[in-house]
Amino acid sequence: MKPITRAALAAVVAAAFCGAAWAQAKSAADGIAEYRKMLEDGNPAELFEAKGEDLWKKKRGPKNASLEQCDLGKGPGVVKGAFVELPRFFADTGKVQDLETRLVHCMATLQGLDAAEIAKTRFGQGEMANVTALATWVASMSRGMKFNLSQAHAEERRSYEIGKRVFFFRGGTHDFSCAACHSADGQRIRLQDLPNLTKNPGDGIGFAAWPAYRVSNGEMWSMQLRLNDCYRQQRFPYPGFGSEITVALGTYMGVNAKGAESIAPAIKR
Amino acid sequence: MNTRFALIAAAAGAAVLLAGCATGPSKAELDQQAMALMKASFRDQGIAKVDRLNQDLGQAACSTDAEVSDEVAERIRNEALASIRWPAGGQYFGNWIDGERIAQSGRGMTWTDASAETRNNGGNCYNCHQIDKKELSYGTIGPSLWNYGKLRGITDVTAPTAAPIVQYTWAKLWNSKAYAACSNMPRFGHMKVLDEQQIRHIMSLLLDPRSPVNQ
Repeated sequence: MKPITRAALAAVVAAAFCGAAWAQAKSAADGIAEYRKMLEDGNPAELFEAKGEDLWKKKRGPKNASLEQCDLGKGPGVVKGAFVELPRFFADTGKVQDLETRLVHCMATLQGLDAAEIAKTRFGQGEMANVTALATWVASMSRGMKFNLSQAHAEERRSYEIGKRVFFFRGGTHDFSCAACHSADGQRIRLQDLPNLTKNPGDGIGFAAWPAYRVSNGEMWSMQLRLNDCYRQQRFPYPGFGSEITVALGTYMGVNAKGAESIAPAIKR
Repeated sequence: MNTRFALIAAAAGAAVLLAGCATGPSKAELDQQAMALMKASFRDQGIAKVDRLNQDLGQAACSTDAEVSDEVAERIRNEALASIRWPAGGQYFGNWIDGERIAQSGRGMTWTDASAETRNNGGNCYNCHQIDKKELSYGTIGPSLWNYGKLRGITDVTAPTAAPIVQYTWAKLWNSKAYAACSNMPRFGHMKVLDEQQIRHIMSLLLDPRSPVNQ
């Protein structure tokens, strides 16, 4: 994206937020809804969607293969509707996987790329940037669909129970947990509305909004990066990419969001 | 092998399997697994080391959506109260200008912060509280602190009648769990997020009759 465009976009969003600050009656949510509307036809996430679709179809890696045979849970190559059912249990790995860990699994098995190496790569760089673009495209293929995670498999139920415990885990220098900010309705940090993630927080809110394009830093953020930065602000140590607790948190939030309509990839402050 | 014994054993085995199918892991097993997975999923990054996952009594007891028992809550409050370090020389106050600056800052203690020294840290106060009404960007997780001292009748912070409120406020800032076992408020003094002098400044912001908060 051209810097000038990004600056213009930031200005629009800043204006939306200043507006919200200026008139207290107007909440941050109204501001967000307003600029989302303004940018309806121009969410920069589209660029990442296009990149992701290319990456899905392109022959790459040591095996020179595309990802078109990747099974995201609904059978090899089925992308539509996959996002709103993840995380889910996969028989071939014997594990519950979220979108990003499943994509990395496919990149490793189908294309011969090094999964451990990808997991170690910084967000926004190298193959990790590709995982984010792929996740953005896959999510976009379920836009407007409702979250409906399975709890049929024992591992899926276990993942939910682990995720719930992780969500309420207090620690660190500030005694924070996910629940400290995300277990009540109608609360804010500064002007930022906080979704209550212990239940369905509503269409396109919380789990149903990520991946999202973040205007403030001009980056595309996946769910894994969203969780990573939550933990940074919680003053916790560093969660491994695709680590079990991050997937379990996805299961917890995803199951709770049952019936919420996905707007991912969304656009955020 | 004794056939009857084998049959009983098989039946018992089947019963265990069935029970397993019906209930999955027990609550205690899930608790244990979640703890083990927490330890396995995080690594050190900068100043944020994995030892931050070692929970003390209050952190462990308050890691649930269930009510903490009265008995445990009382223990947490008592330990917190006993942990409070009262200000050197009985000097509770600094200046509200620095207090406002500290209240505004949400910095410190993350893995992107270079050092854990208190002078790098903010109090994060506006993230959760309304304080000076002039600041419109405030959070609502905690109660409004606008007119904090005025509403409590503080006209002179050195007056003996002010002492209970002054001491309560110091204690709340030093270790919030002294009054609410599972408070969402950080324990600023106790966890070395803020030092004595920084807390004195926040005390002035909240309690001094001349502070903008009490106009």
